[in-house]
Amino acid sequence: MKKVFMKGCEAIAEAAVRAGARFYAGYPITPQNEIPEYMSRRMPQVGGVFLQGESEIASVTMVYGAGAGGTRAMTSSSSVGISLKSEGISYCAGARVPMVYVNMQRGGPGVGTIQAAQQDYFQATRASGNGGFKMIVLAPATVQEAVDMTYRAFDLAERDRNPVLILGDGVLGTIMEPVVLPEMKSDEEVAALKQKNRDWAIVGHSREEKRGFIDPGYWSTDMQEAHCVSLNEMYERWQREDVQVEELYLEDAELVFVAYGTSARIAKSALKLLRAEGHRVGMIRPLTVSPFPAASFDKIDYARCKCVLDIEMSIPAQMIYDVELALRERCAVETCLRSGGNLIERDDVVKKAHEILKGGVER
Amino acid sequence: MELNLMVAGFGGQGVMMIGKLLSQAICDSTDYHVTFYPSYGAQQRGGTANCYVVAADDAVGSPKPSIVDQLIVMNDVSMVKFSPNVKSGGIIFTNSSLVKSGAGREDVTIVPIPVTEIAMELGSLKVLNIVMLGAYIGYTNLIDEDLVLDCILRLLGKKPEFIELNKTAFAKGLAEGRKAKAAHT
Repeated sequence: MKKVFMKGCEAIAEAAVRAGARFYAGYPITPQNEIPEYMSRRMPQVGGVFLQGESEIASVTMVYGAGAGGTRAMTSSSSVGISLKSEGISYCAGARVPMVYVNMQRGGPGVGTIQAAQQDYFQATRASGNGGFKMIVLAPATVQEAVDMTYRAFDLAERDRNPVLILGDGVLGTIMEPVVLPEMKSDEEVAALKQKNRDWAIVGHSREEKRGFIDPGYWSTDMQEAHCVSLNEMYERWQREDVQVEELYLEDAELVFVAYGTSARIAKSALKLLRAEGHRVGMIRPLTVSPFPAASFDKIDYARCKCVLDIEMSIPAQMIYDVELALRERCAVETCLRSGGNLIERDDVVKKAHEILKGGVER
Repeated sequence: MELNLMVAGFGGQGVMMIGKLLSQAICDSTDYHVTFYPSYGAQQRGGTANCYVVAADDAVGSPKPSIVDQLIVMNDVSMVKFSPNVKSGGIIFTNSSLVKSGAGREDVTIVPIPVTEIAMELGSLKVLNIVMLGAYIGYTNLIDEDLVLDCILRLLGKKPEFIELNKTAFAKGLAEGRKAKAAHT
């Protein structure tokens, strides 16, 4: 397979096109501008639509419309822009409209900084809009993973008729790395994908057919409740069937790192150094931060494991709540954190690990 | 193999292109894992620009390492600011036409190449980054020179009037880099 050298944002955009995305609407914000920029060139080449909306809210609502029409549709933004999109995302979740969106996280709260951060974990996994809906949230650490996950995200979104979030950060969006791109879906395949949505989407029905009907709300309280019950069943199914995780050395680990995305690749380089020194360090890397890989924590040998180290580019720590729920107080939890757009340093992780392994932390 | 390189200078000196060309050439011609990270911020023309190239046999951890093995500095400000970030035993390539400050330390090798002057002699300041890339390859022998040149011509070949100039600039840099290497060994 031929590898190409591509920037994270552009590789994601290309993967989306190859997966059959034919509608993109967005609004500029650093550090994800290369996604709309690339789409503005690429979409016309494949007969798709690129639109720069007048705002984030307008563009996400256009995606809601395109998704309701059965087209594979996508938007992207960064942190503060994602907050603005939350209304449209919640509408998609309420109306069961598939869509894929990307958050290249930057420093926050508020406008924050334009550099990479992981400050939106709660927003991504807990409250991406009103109404308590959930999404499958994919957390790539490399450009290759970002490409593979984006390609798959459209299938997941359509399978569940629900938004899927690619949770990246400014580093992932900006770096160039070698990547093998997935196969381009043909025009026939893309058209067939749209027709597969015929039983619910507004694709243009004849008088005799059952028409598509998209509505993000109900007039009846019982119908709304039934809707929420059915959504909840889907969320529970994800927990059983859709968790993706990378587990390293859990069987002998005295210390287990938990990290996702850019923090995870740095934590992994620290792990390699520590293992080479003879330290028994393991790692749990969620590839889906929602559904969270809670079951991985049952594979840790708590007779050996002193501590779990939660590593995030967020202050305060956010993923730590999922970690603590999964751990159920079976061992101590420590943190290694940076924020504001500053990256985790490999040496900070190594130093923290040395402190913990020396017995600096009480079990 | 593990390479951590930072390139720093003024915006407009082609700093990003040095990193991009080098990492692209590594991607094209080797099986190393490689990342190119262009630092970004509230940049302006004449302000500072810097980028990182990390390559390794194994997966790359941080694409923006705080300590680097090698540093290329295109202006004096970058020398003062970033030379403390070089590992002991590391190498600093300087644009000696503009970099007048020393590193203030004895544990690194300095490779001075007057790239601004060389570029002016060649007739265009625009190619000073290509001269530096040539010097870097000449000194380190990191990858085959022809592969790097291929990459330059592929990425910068859209303007035919610059093809010969880029070739000459690269060759001149290469010779300077080799000369410096010979002097150090």
